[in-house]
Amino acid sequence: MLGVEQVGARWRSGTDRAQVQVHDKVRVADGVVTLTLAAPDGGRLPDWTPGAHVDLTLDNGLTRQYSLCGDRWDAYSYRVGVLLEPAGRGGSSYVHEQLAPGHVVGLGGPRNHFPLVPAGSYLFVAGGIGITPILPMIAQADLLGAEWRLLYGGRTRGSMAFLDELSAHGDRVQVRPQDEHGLLDLAGFLGHPRPDTPVYACGPGPLLTAMERACAGWPARALRTERFVAAEQGAPVRAGAFDVELRRSGRTVTVAPDTSVLEALSAVGVEVLSSCRQGTCGTCETTVLAGVPDHRDSLLDDDERAAGDCMYPCVSRSCSDRLVLDL
Amino acid sequence: MTLAPSPVADVPVDDTDPFSHEVLEDPLPFHTALREAGPVVYLSRYDVHAVGRYEQVRAALVDWQRFQSAAGVGLSNFRTEEPWRPPSLLLEADPPRHDAPRRVLTSVLGQRALRTLRERWTADAEQLVDQVLAAGTEFDAVPALAEAFPLRVFPDAVGIGRDGREHLLPYGDHAFNAFGPPNDLVQKGEHRVAQLSGWVGEQCAREALTGDGFGAAIWAAADRGEITPQQAPLVVRSLLTAGVDTTVHAISAILYGFATHPDQWARLVADPSLARVAFDEAIRWESPVQTFFRTTTTDVRIGSTVVPEGRKVLMFLAAANRDPRRWTEPDRYDLGRDPSGHVGFGMGLHQCVGQHVARLEAEAVLTALARRVRTIELAGPTRRHHNNTLRAWETLPVRLTVG
Repeated sequence: MLGVEQVGARWRSGTDRAQVQVHDKVRVADGVVTLTLAAPDGGRLPDWTPGAHVDLTLDNGLTRQYSLCGDRWDAYSYRVGVLLEPAGRGGSSYVHEQLAPGHVVGLGGPRNHFPLVPAGSYLFVAGGIGITPILPMIAQADLLGAEWRLLYGGRTRGSMAFLDELSAHGDRVQVRPQDEHGLLDLAGFLGHPRPDTPVYACGPGPLLTAMERACAGWPARALRTERFVAAEQGAPVRAGAFDVELRRSGRTVTVAPDTSVLEALSAVGVEVLSSCRQGTCGTCETTVLAGVPDHRDSLLDDDERAAGDCMYPCVSRSCSDRLVLDL
Repeated sequence: MTLAPSPVADVPVDDTDPFSHEVLEDPLPFHTALREAGPVVYLSRYDVHAVGRYEQVRAALVDWQRFQSAAGVGLSNFRTEEPWRPPSLLLEADPPRHDAPRRVLTSVLGQRALRTLRERWTADAEQLVDQVLAAGTEFDAVPALAEAFPLRVFPDAVGIGRDGREHLLPYGDHAFNAFGPPNDLVQKGEHRVAQLSGWVGEQCAREALTGDGFGAAIWAAADRGEITPQQAPLVVRSLLTAGVDTTVHAISAILYGFATHPDQWARLVADPSLARVAFDEAIRWESPVQTFFRTTTTDVRIGSTVVPEGRKVLMFLAAANRDPRRWTEPDRYDLGRDPSGHVGFGMGLHQCVGQHVARLEAEAVLTALARRVRTIELAGPTRRHHNNTLRAWETLPVRLTVG
């Protein structure tokens, strides 16, 4: 029996820059580890939906996106799967070689650009580590009693993560390692186009390109993909302090690495109305007049992020030395 | 309602009826008693548990896993009782069914979507305030401003037709009464409920909506497959149920706050950028939505009390918003306070999806008033409007001086 969450420092003293602590790191396949992450104070983590990812800011300064692949009914931990990419720029090798239980990493999001739309039946196709966002989707499809099937490909059986979990689903899941079966038979798996069946695919670029071809005869929007960006391309995030200039009040505030913009403003008496302090509700939206925000919220889509004209100072930070806000 | 003995031994018991006219007229003494009695209290009158302290109210609000909404957010338990209307896909739903409708409505009502409305609503508010002041500086602020402005802009923003808009307030009033027990407040609405529900249902159809409003945007999301065509009308219905009365009572609350705290009005006039804080502080101080229920999905320990699985838990948002454990001088309406973190809109994944709309409406009205009005005071006896869920005014006579 669990106690009601003891509401702690989060509302008493404002928010700290969001962080999670590595609780567990397990090798689950050749070149794949899973991380179990929890709030350093043991509190609830922000809610998420299947298909969502988080940004993790690693100690080596890199920010990487990882799909959440745990159980959303557990509010106290996240699980992500990380593939080792020797040719990458250092995010995955850092996770594999250096990150250890007890380490604390920065958290952005969760955000979801790959949401599961309501339907009575689904088809899922996963390639390699692209299985991660699909895991909570099939859990959800199961929960809703939807029809679903999964085609899961990988280089070798030993490189394919979560086969043990997936085995519980019997013949709904087709596991097709390339060294045993060759390229995935997408046409055979998809069958005839069905108007009421969304097709979700996640994996490396060539698989998604093949999926687009294979779904050419399907209704528009039937195919929903997330390009699994194992390639290391997270936005650079400043590790150090930065300045925030408040144009209307003519003040400048320095934001230290371990405080949020919102806290830094509050410390000098500039109160910005906020509510969730997790970058999910949008209450603290603030107009950006100059500088480049480091968006870490769950609200803006890629275009809105690129526009750079507003930010949520409860979680978002700065890529530039200086941000100018309409405050 | 059956009276049952306290289901657990060591929990404070209170036999007050929080939905009685006496408590609805002035709930503050009861809220104080509830907070002081303990982190959780058993309300013997309705065989439910209740929380009134900020810490426990907030914790229950965010914990959708253990405090579910799909069994209804009123006293009625949908596990065993038939809802009076098809349940809301937002308010009365849990993940995963809640996900898609919420995602769509979050986008349709998001701050960025509202940018196009800001200019229009600012002009509408100035026009309304000019009209009202032209007719006199002493009037009842409830119909003249609090009802007039939302009714002027919100139905247009949703995109419903002109006819029948007078049904919106009575429908909302009944829906919020229906979260309470089947008392006289519910009974007074029952003879009209079929007619009102029928009208509201008709407004939610694609054909009934203009092409550029929130309603059309919801249907467009259905065309993109983000929600199903069966869900779209119920998502529109949520706007019409929850988007009018709440904002009306919020604007009344602000005007009452200023009429009784003239120094705060002077502050707003001097710095109109405080309009947003003024709104949220009013939501904290008056809590237009006073209460919601949840239902436990497992045995849950609150303080030293174990609330068993399947029990209704009544969360007093209003009591939490004046909990001295959280707020300094909670009974003061104070623009110098940072009201961030109030639970007047709820908290967590069910937090009011329309809050940015309400904030924009209130900001428009306040900014327009602050431009022209130097003082606001009460001009006669005020009268409360009783509702099982909402804290509201029936009449709020005010006298303004124009500068």
